[in-house]
Amino acid sequence: MANAFSRIGDWFNERAPGLMPAYRKHMTEYYAPKNFNLWYYFGSLALLVLVNQIVTGIFLTMNYKTSAAEAFNSVEYIMRDVEWGWLIRYMHSTGASLFFVVVFLHMFRGIMYGSFKKPRELVWILGMLIFLVLMAEAFMGYVLPWGNMSFWGAKVIISLFGTIPFIGSTLVEWIMGDFLPADATLNRFFALHVIALPLVLLLLVVLHLFALHEVGSNNPDGVDVKHGPKGNRWNPEKPIDAIPFHPYYTVKDLFGVGFFITIAAFIIFFAPTFGGWFLEHDNFTPANNLVTPSHIKPSWYFTPFYAILRMIPSFFGTAIWGVIGMFGAILLLALLPWIDKGEVRSVRFRGLGFRIALGVLVFSFLALGMVGAGVTSELIPAWFPGADVTTWENAFGRLMVLGYFGFFVFVWIYTRFGFEKTKPVPERVTMHD
Amino acid sequence: MIKRYLSSLALALGLAAVVAPAFAEEGESLPSAGTNVADQASLQRGAKLFFNYCVGCHSLKYVRYSRMASDLGLSEEEVMTNLNFTGAKFGEPVISHMPEASAKAWFGKAPPDLSLEARAKGVDFIFNYLNAFYLDPTRPVGWNNTVFPNASMPNPLWELQGLQVAVHGAAKPGEEAAVEKLTIAQPGRMTPEQFRGATRDLTAFLEYAAEPAALERRSVGIWVILFLAGLTFLLYLLKHEYWKDVHDSH
Repeated sequence: MANAFSRIGDWFNERAPGLMPAYRKHMTEYYAPKNFNLWYYFGSLALLVLVNQIVTGIFLTMNYKTSAAEAFNSVEYIMRDVEWGWLIRYMHSTGASLFFVVVFLHMFRGIMYGSFKKPRELVWILGMLIFLVLMAEAFMGYVLPWGNMSFWGAKVIISLFGTIPFIGSTLVEWIMGDFLPADATLNRFFALHVIALPLVLLLLVVLHLFALHEVGSNNPDGVDVKHGPKGNRWNPEKPIDAIPFHPYYTVKDLFGVGFFITIAAFIIFFAPTFGGWFLEHDNFTPANNLVTPSHIKPSWYFTPFYAILRMIPSFFGTAIWGVIGMFGAILLLALLPWIDKGEVRSVRFRGLGFRIALGVLVFSFLALGMVGAGVTSELIPAWFPGADVTTWENAFGRLMVLGYFGFFVFVWIYTRFGFEKTKPVPERVTMHD
Repeated sequence: MIKRYLSSLALALGLAAVVAPAFAEEGESLPSAGTNVADQASLQRGAKLFFNYCVGCHSLKYVRYSRMASDLGLSEEEVMTNLNFTGAKFGEPVISHMPEASAKAWFGKAPPDLSLEARAKGVDFIFNYLNAFYLDPTRPVGWNNTVFPNASMPNPLWELQGLQVAVHGAAKPGEEAAVEKLTIAQPGRMTPEQFRGATRDLTAFLEYAAEPAALERRSVGIWVILFLAGLTFLLYLLKHEYWKDVHDSH
């Protein structure tokens, strides 16, 4: 048996001599720091969710009908008449939300431990491109069930492009292929959602991983293991504090996968709408251009950016400043390697100012999410009866917008002009378990 | 190590348990409907009410008689003789016979399909709406509703509930008096308690109609979670075994 396997192996090696070296480079001889903690599960989990979205998506397209007249009915057909169709759809819809949960945590890890800093700027930029494509992918996927929130969400988001001077209104018609989101819009969004954007996404993910494997993984201590002492039990040339990705991190990530899909299964089987956050009430009504939902709001994962859009007022007769603010919020994240000039990577050894600023960033981001989702417009009257909701919400929301953008301004000044008092970074990594 | 993982699992599930209901329902909160879709007898009673009082105007276009029969534990004969009054075939969906044009003329608006009503509006809305009709001579059909003011629908269950009237509070100048509470002016065939039970059953039936998969997903879900929890534990042991090398090489 062993002989048969090795003969098959030899057959392939003779014909594709690059396979084994590639496998070694990316798996068995990819040396990763041994001190990864909980935060390091989310990269592999993002990959898992991507595969889930592609596989369940393929099965959904087998029964989904791409037309404004039939789309809504076909989704209900999947939910009721297709064998296990409900499970496939809930896996896809829950997967979409969990994709963002995982990606947000993955990005936070990168900021917290300085994974975006030299020499990993390219890894970070590719990651930000993945995030952008993922947002477009999620938005178009949300339109496909053609519920009333799909329709109005599409209308609001597409009309953002209408704020661009001179070409705005023409651009909006060009994107929709009609004067309202309609059959033409649905068909092109389907094409983009099921083939164009997934191809781009897969390519970017491969590049993200290749870029990472060129420079090597960062770690919670931000210690540069590549330039530290050499010689581990697997290879005398390789960093002392690194271990082969396969099998050590593959089995560890496998455990993370088990943990994660247990929680995902709990949502899929017992709370698939997640109280109206993963699947919204208004989207169980078919698209209707005559009936506006009482609160038009995007899916929860867009709400922080949507709040920035809403909180920035119009000036000089145009609302484009909010749109610039919303996209600027993402652009600033992408530029972080050049904004944060601190030499020390990990938050563990950075100055108090950075720790506080990071806390402010997280708080503002979550608070903006609440503003964008309309939670604050319900909490304010409940907590302060008689208060003017709009005034209070705008005051709070704008403070949080300042908090979000303030992070980037503060970190630049703090690191550019040498205000940061860092702690000494140890030579070797630390393990806590 | 295992302590940390167990505590993080507990933390994650605890967080989900706290966060999910906290954000559960948006909008003003109504008293809970208290439905239970796993209670088959309740669904059967609700179906009986639906097919006696609702299907005259409202369709359930995504619900097939055959599927409903198997989910509610009813035989084909029971459904075809006791519930199907439209002459539809067993495999066909529940479609009301009311012509849409007449419906518009009578009520100003065609009665909506109710297949997804429980998911679009929520069960609490349906339950409280069904209990909140009152006589209002100022409305075209003579009925109004405190949960959905100026609804164009008359109370289809009046002979069960009786005739409910509104007690108005003192009117502020320039405004109409607000409804303070509803009282039964002329009793129906049911006591108020029985009627609440009946509307709860009807709401549960609509909850089932909105998501027939809910019955299956919960019963399958328990086994899936148990399997995954066991698998995760085995994967933990696997990881622990492999990582002995790493911990030894400190």
